[in-house]
Amino acid sequence: MRVRVCVCVCVRACVCVCVCVCCQMRFLLLFSRQGKLRLQKWFTAMSDRERKKIIREMTTMVLARQPRSSNFLQWKDLKIIYKRYASLYFCLGVEAQENELLALEIIHRYVELLDKYFGNVCELDIIFNFEKAYFILDEFLMGGEIQETSKQTVNRCIEASDMLQETMEEYMSKPAF
Amino acid sequence: MSDVVEKTLTALPSLLSLDSQPGSAKLSTNSKLGSLIRGITELTSKHEEEKLIQRELSSIKEQVSSPNTTMRQMKELMVRTIYCEMLGYEATFSYIHAIKLAQQGNVLEKRVGYLAVSLFLNESHELLLLLVNTVLKDLQSTNLIEVCMALTVVSQMFPKDMIPAILPLVEEKLNHSKEIIRRKAVLALYKFYLIAPNQVQHIHNRFRKALCDKDPGVMSASLHIYLQLIQENPESYKDLTASFVTILKQVVAGKLPMDFNYHSVPAPWLQIQLLRILSLLGKSDQSTSEVMYEILDESLRRAEMNHNITYAILYECVKCIYTIHPKSELLEKAAKVIGNFVLSQRINLKYLGLKALTYVVHQDPRLALQHQMTIIECLDHPDVIIKRETLELLFRITNDQNVTVIVEKMLDFMSINKEDHTTADLVGKVAELAEKYAPDNEWFVETMNTVFSVGGDTLQPDIPNSFLKLLSEGFDDEEENKKLRLFAVNSYISLLQGEPSKLPQRFLQAICWVLGEYSHLREDVEPDLVLRLLVKLLNIKSTSSETKSWILMAMTKLCSGGAPLSVPLEVSETYSSSMDTMLRQRAQELQYLSQNPELQARVLPRGVSQEPMEVDSSLSFLDGFVSEALAAGAAPYKPPHQRQEELSRSKALSLEPYGLSLPISMSSCSIADRQSPTLLSVSSGLSGDRTDHSHKGGSTTLKLDGVRRVWGKEGYLAQRESAEETAPVEAPSPLQPLVQQGDGDASYSQTPTPIPECEQEKQQLASSLFVGLASQSSVCLMGKSEQTSQRFRRKLKDPAASFPSSTQNPLVSPPSSVGHLLLDSSISSDLISSPEQTHLSSVDLTVANGEVELPDRDMKGIKSTLLREDSALAAGSSPHEELDRPKDSCLTSHLPAELSGLPHSEITPLCTSPSLDLSSCHVQKDDSLVLLVFMKSSSDYDIQQIQVQVTCEELEVSCVCDSPVEELKSHGVVVCQYFLTVKSPSVYFVLSGMMSHQIPDNSLQETQFSHRIPLTSFLRPLRLSTEEYGTMWLAFSHDTKQNLPLMMDAEEPLTATLKVLKDKLQLHVVEIIGNEGIVACCLRQDQPCLLHCRVHAGMLAVWLRSPIPELPDCLLYHCQRALQES
Repeated sequence: MRVRVCVCVCVRACVCVCVCVCCQMRFLLLFSRQGKLRLQKWFTAMSDRERKKIIREMTTMVLARQPRSSNFLQWKDLKIIYKRYASLYFCLGVEAQENELLALEIIHRYVELLDKYFGNVCELDIIFNFEKAYFILDEFLMGGEIQETSKQTVNRCIEASDMLQETMEEYMSKPAF
Repeated sequence: MSDVVEKTLTALPSLLSLDSQPGSAKLSTNSKLGSLIRGITELTSKHEEEKLIQRELSSIKEQVSSPNTTMRQMKELMVRTIYCEMLGYEATFSYIHAIKLAQQGNVLEKRVGYLAVSLFLNESHELLLLLVNTVLKDLQSTNLIEVCMALTVVSQMFPKDMIPAILPLVEEKLNHSKEIIRRKAVLALYKFYLIAPNQVQHIHNRFRKALCDKDPGVMSASLHIYLQLIQENPESYKDLTASFVTILKQVVAGKLPMDFNYHSVPAPWLQIQLLRILSLLGKSDQSTSEVMYEILDESLRRAEMNHNITYAILYECVKCIYTIHPKSELLEKAAKVIGNFVLSQRINLKYLGLKALTYVVHQDPRLALQHQMTIIECLDHPDVIIKRETLELLFRITNDQNVTVIVEKMLDFMSINKEDHTTADLVGKVAELAEKYAPDNEWFVETMNTVFSVGGDTLQPDIPNSFLKLLSEGFDDEEENKKLRLFAVNSYISLLQGEPSKLPQRFLQAICWVLGEYSHLREDVEPDLVLRLLVKLLNIKSTSSETKSWILMAMTKLCSGGAPLSVPLEVSETYSSSMDTMLRQRAQELQYLSQNPELQARVLPRGVSQEPMEVDSSLSFLDGFVSEALAAGAAPYKPPHQRQEELSRSKALSLEPYGLSLPISMSSCSIADRQSPTLLSVSSGLSGDRTDHSHKGGSTTLKLDGVRRVWGKEGYLAQRESAEETAPVEAPSPLQPLVQQGDGDASYSQTPTPIPECEQEKQQLASSLFVGLASQSSVCLMGKSEQTSQRFRRKLKDPAASFPSSTQNPLVSPPSSVGHLLLDSSISSDLISSPEQTHLSSVDLTVANGEVELPDRDMKGIKSTLLREDSALAAGSSPHEELDRPKDSCLTSHLPAELSGLPHSEITPLCTSPSLDLSSCHVQKDDSLVLLVFMKSSSDYDIQQIQVQVTCEELEVSCVCDSPVEELKSHGVVVCQYFLTVKSPSVYFVLSGMMSHQIPDNSLQETQFSHRIPLTSFLRPLRLSTEEYGTMWLAFSHDTKQNLPLMMDAEEPLTATLKVLKDKLQLHVVEIIGNEGIVACCLRQDQPCLLHCRVHAGMLAVWLRSPIPELPDCLLYHCQRALQES
């Protein structure tokens, strides 16, 4: 073999140090049928550019799906699980070996939580009170893992803080402060 | 303040019932955010929106920076900024204000502040450092909500190097009285564990407490951590199996509060988490698996409701059943579940069924056979992901009979689906299949051509490499080799005669190499023709300069043998003045060699396939030159990272705290370039189970036989035999005869019942796809473990010699090789010899200083600690141990005489096969570690041809005798010795081995095993003086700092602590001065590690330095362990 003429200098075994931390969920996006982003949550560190790219690709991919196809998509090495509720798409990116049906139920549980909090939730609720939607999400998922599956508990936490809001507001409006 | 919160928390339920519609009231119609949103919806064009937002942002900017803005207004502004950012507009100016809001606001404003921070910044943002103090303050707050918020933000994003600062506070929260705080603390620790496993090493026992928490929420949160820990190291957690099973039992039986039900399924997330843990624990471990059979059966039975969540649980059950040690009843049930999934009309379920099938199919190919028609239908499914998964499944059942059809299907899919990632993945798989199962030369070369042209430049580089390697190394049959090469040459010449400009660069490079090497095989083609084709290629504009140098290289090879010189001369003329140095070099070579046929023949001998030569990668032949230069006053060489570090040290901000403001000092600023070994293992553990390993394209192979062995013995085999008999009745599909007859067209047309045409097509497809599967399973029935003969099986080679890129990449050589071709060959032979010479500069130094001499008495002292370490390790797998204890004592007597005086570890069983028991122990010699493998025959007949191979990535394993043990008398014992030296340090070294021997009917039986050795076994004290220590300290570049617990109860804490380290880890204490101590040890003579210990604020601040990057981290781990245990 003639390749031998080349002296190859120290081929170091390339150990790929995977910095990305193992999280079962990578991101959650909510967007409307027109492709307008309503909520975004990233469970792993990502640059702004990557985020924008993912948002763009997700909206085009999910919106282009034919009716009556599955709720799953393959994107790069991730599985995308999406579901449409009324005019809003919920789109969750998980690792490929993750259980897709379970991820679908995570979305559903989140919708249930929103519904319980807002009372018959609609897209407008989420647009105008998106910070509340974030708070609920933070109670439900923490660092890419399910934190609390009990509906009551999640709502209790959120409402506890909300109640505080009322009391605080009264408190703040007192001239003595 | 906190009282208010407490009261509201308790009074909530009653208060809430008053307001039945909490959401409706919150639709604030006249807020500023509301008007902004409404303003946007009224706009018609993107441009207008942009203008509006920019206006909005500038007004926000003005307000946030004004000193009169109250925190309350700030909160409102922040919400609006978040909205603008979500629409994709940058608002970097607000980040600092978000942090300020989180710092200064009251609880409500703080919450928005934290939210904004978590949305705006990511883990590596520098502003995040400003948040640390706020988090610290809030963690100490008495207000529950503030603590909750701090914990939430910590688990979302926290700078890695600041973790030590808040760790004690988070740990403290594990004992909090409120379960929500405990739960969040557990999750925060989980997150810390993921990003910096070293830091939370010491709180493992706390996790156990969390697992036993009375609140199910906290318990289920702790499972996340356990899943991770068990994935990395299942052995140490076997004792928890029973607890996990009990928890799962309780959950399945509905013992948890109703709160945890989801659509009346009890705690599905918890169930699934537990199932995953169980499957990890039970994997290839019979006794552990037996504990869980009952509960798995129960879970399968209970999950019968028609809801997604139950299907999710079923899927997880099935996966678990197929992962752990098989039990036939369960397997039957699981197979049924998969069947239901696959046949379901609901597309999501069908998909999951296919996925499960893919997972289990190499264990049980018959399952795929049962569902062949469904699989065929899925192949034409309109949904891409279903198609994709089906291809994945087909990939797993490929054999040499159906390979052509399956590859065709995969190529079809690629031509429709153009997504880069998918293409790269599939192309890799096709290449793998082609290499393994190609039916003939023609097909192989053509398939590879398609692979190259479809894969384009997204191709993984190892595909062309291994293709070329295969061509050059060939098979055992020389004639066959020639044919293959000739065919490749033919095909490439015709390709180049067509339109080469469309071919991807990687393909062109491969073509050039093949033509250069082998075009002489085709006698009817003049080299001139090939040369001209190559010149044509050179002149194409799109050809990259890398490809051009491949072309020139090929020309150099071609123009030997008195070919006309005009073409190469012209070309070399053109390129010898090229701006690209590589091209220029190649052109020079071409010019020189084409004029000097003799030298050419020597440098590039034709048609001899030799073993790859040895390469002296340490460049030791330059030693003389280096020492001369050093003597002449040149500065010693520093590797780039060290130079960088020194540079940054002089410039960078100090991240060390001043004094005692933080409970624990942070680790040093060198974090960026330090690799933690445990993190490494996290990522490698990521890929999870067996299936996923073979998932990754490229070098993996489908090991059908490996699986069969697991199944062969007593478990599933007998059952399967009966299944085989009944199979035709179960699945009375008309293609059963077809499958057996292979491609029998004639018999097909004679099928009595007329079948619609499309059906016929499908069945034909099925017969070609699933051919060989039935025979495969029958092979396994007979218990033969030989694989079907692979056409393109590579020659067995010394793994070290087959560096892919070192042997096949002639042109990508680095600049240092410039001009080698032109050197006189006597020099070049010099270049490649002398591998045994010593290394360069800094390493030289350490060898000189670090003479290691171990007096005998020291080793005696070590003996006891060694044994203790190992028994602690082995405690996890005790059930086995107990049984084998009596055998051990008798094995000890078989220790080789020369090793019997040395300390050795406990003898642990490795594996058992029906006729052989393997056990092992390691013996510490002064300079190395010897692994002893005892083979004890338990059969009544003599066993022949026993061969044991041991490998480990991080270790160099050399066997004392490489030849197989010829014969082992019945009930006799044979001992094999292996010398182990460390290549690259790791916390534990896992040796994997393979034992094969002949059983009486002459068939070969193989068994795999693994053995774990801690780093500590390799450590030796390094004796040196304080001055030597000083010089070495300065020379080393990789360092790590960490605080370790101090033995406070001793009279002299530092001395006591160091003594523990010395006794347990065989470190050498060089000197102790005041509250500082210096310690040294080494792995080998040239792999030292120095420790500098200082008592600081009740802790032992340890600073480790070593020339080996991984060593400090690994050693630190063992130090931690050693101190914890004492």
